[in-house]
Amino acid sequence: MNKLYIFLKYFFIVVWTVFVVAPFLWALTTSFKDFQSVNGGVTYIPWVDFEPNLEGWKVLIKSPAKGGVDIIEPYFNSLFVTCTASLISIILGTLSAYALSRYTFKAGFVKNNDITFFFISQRIMPPIVLSIPFFLFLSSINLLDSLTGLIVVYIVLLMPIAVWIMVDFFNKVPREIDETALIDGCNPYQAFLKVVLPNSIPGLIVAGMFCIIFGWIDFFFAFILTFTEVQLLPVKIVALNSSVTPWWSLSASALVSVAPLIIVAFIVERYLSKGNLSGAIK
Amino acid sequence: MNFKHKYFFLFPGLFVLIGILIFPIIFVVRLSLSGWNSYNPGLDYIGLENYIRLFTDDPRFWESFFRLSFLSVTTVILQYVIGFALAHMVWKDIKFKRFFRVLFLVPMMTTPVIMTVIWRTFFHESLGPVNDLLSVFGVAPKWLTDPVIAKFTVIIVEVWQWTPFMFLLLLAGLLSLPKEPFLAAAIDGASPIRKFIYVTFPLMAPISIGAIIIRLIEASKIMDTVYVLTSGGPGTSTETSSFYIFIKGLREFQMGYAASMSFTYLIIMIISLTIIAKVLTKVLLKE
Repeated sequence: MNKLYIFLKYFFIVVWTVFVVAPFLWALTTSFKDFQSVNGGVTYIPWVDFEPNLEGWKVLIKSPAKGGVDIIEPYFNSLFVTCTASLISIILGTLSAYALSRYTFKAGFVKNNDITFFFISQRIMPPIVLSIPFFLFLSSINLLDSLTGLIVVYIVLLMPIAVWIMVDFFNKVPREIDETALIDGCNPYQAFLKVVLPNSIPGLIVAGMFCIIFGWIDFFFAFILTFTEVQLLPVKIVALNSSVTPWWSLSASALVSVAPLIIVAFIVERYLSKGNLSGAIK
Repeated sequence: MNFKHKYFFLFPGLFVLIGILIFPIIFVVRLSLSGWNSYNPGLDYIGLENYIRLFTDDPRFWESFFRLSFLSVTTVILQYVIGFALAHMVWKDIKFKRFFRVLFLVPMMTTPVIMTVIWRTFFHESLGPVNDLLSVFGVAPKWLTDPVIAKFTVIIVEVWQWTPFMFLLLLAGLLSLPKEPFLAAAIDGASPIRKFIYVTFPLMAPISIGAIIIRLIEASKIMDTVYVLTSGGPGTSTETSSFYIFIKGLREFQMGYAASMSFTYLIIMIISLTIIAKVLTKVLLKE
């Protein structure tokens, strides 16, 4: 009985591991292929099935005029938009979360929980509902196809995440810390900046990670609100997919694009093991 | 600690969010009452005409909505079962615990559309590895061009992409459980299966509800994957509500009609998610 359970457990883990790794391995081998080894039947193992070459990777650093795939500019655009929007969301979200965690608000029937729910419920909003008015608005103020327009939209996507994580986190930071600081003669802002924030760094890191993940992986808004002037990474790769780009450079550029956030997996796991994520979903 | 400055903490975030959101929402409602399209771009007033058309004369919208419900409910159930199993397996000590935890999180960190581009080559009907390996058994499913199989291809990709998120939430939950109930069960000599049914699962019920609702919310937005993988095809067999609204609004520029659809869609989403949350709370917590 117990043996069977352990066998099934490891069997399942191995199957799932293969499933998780398969597309990455496939992309990695494909990126070293040439025309013959992609189109002349399916090949798997380099040097055995096909002769690997670096053509797929070389086009990434060539200039577009020489037939290269230009993903450097979209890369920095994505990085800039994601980081700026995350930073603004974290700052505003943390302030609001602190207020919701420490003070009582009451306006008619609206209480703290309702305000928190209002923030978080913005995630329910299907992106398509916002995309049509945003499209018309941004085009009327000439911000369509610009980084600023995208950052504004991304704040809506990311701030709910920041508030959600930080409210739970502040609820776990003992109130005595603030009270001691206030008794010691700090004003509320100093207490927040000098005492509460330094004690909230794990929460800030987790919230930041999630903002960066959900900003970096968004495709929909970037796809609808930008065209040619500004291109974000996912949009660029999808455009490559629908043009005549061969599979090897497509795979190489896809791998380069998903690589940076895999580091985030390590950081998230670290904070998970320390128990910093536990309160977030209750 | 009740002073005026509490507003200085709350308001910047709240007002920025409301400021960005309020006009678009009012605008969608107003737009849905107009006949804005590419010939006639303007906010005229045509009453409820768009809504009447939607409710009486547009089976495609409702089909896409039921398809979306099918896809999101199926993927979330699969993600929950697999995610819970995985989380339970790497919860206690096994070899290479941290390695597996990181590995199981990785798909969530990758951009869905970019991975879908790779999945497309993966499921390619003549040049992809899946059909090459399946040819040993003499079958070659049309992963992307068969109306029924294409739905399952979408489900496979969604499960790959988002099970990690479920896994993360559930593992975080498992790690935060109190130790005493497990000690009590161990003293009673409960078998692993009984321990799971009578201790772990009930303790995890509130976290499960949270995780399922969060995933349902995100799954109800399925659109990126569909756009890249099948473009809603073949025919309309993988078209979801968002994708249909996108085609009407931003491809055919029937803005007024698309606005009425998206407003209806939003209302349906809010109502159905509220009902699902209530039902889940009843079922999982009262058991």
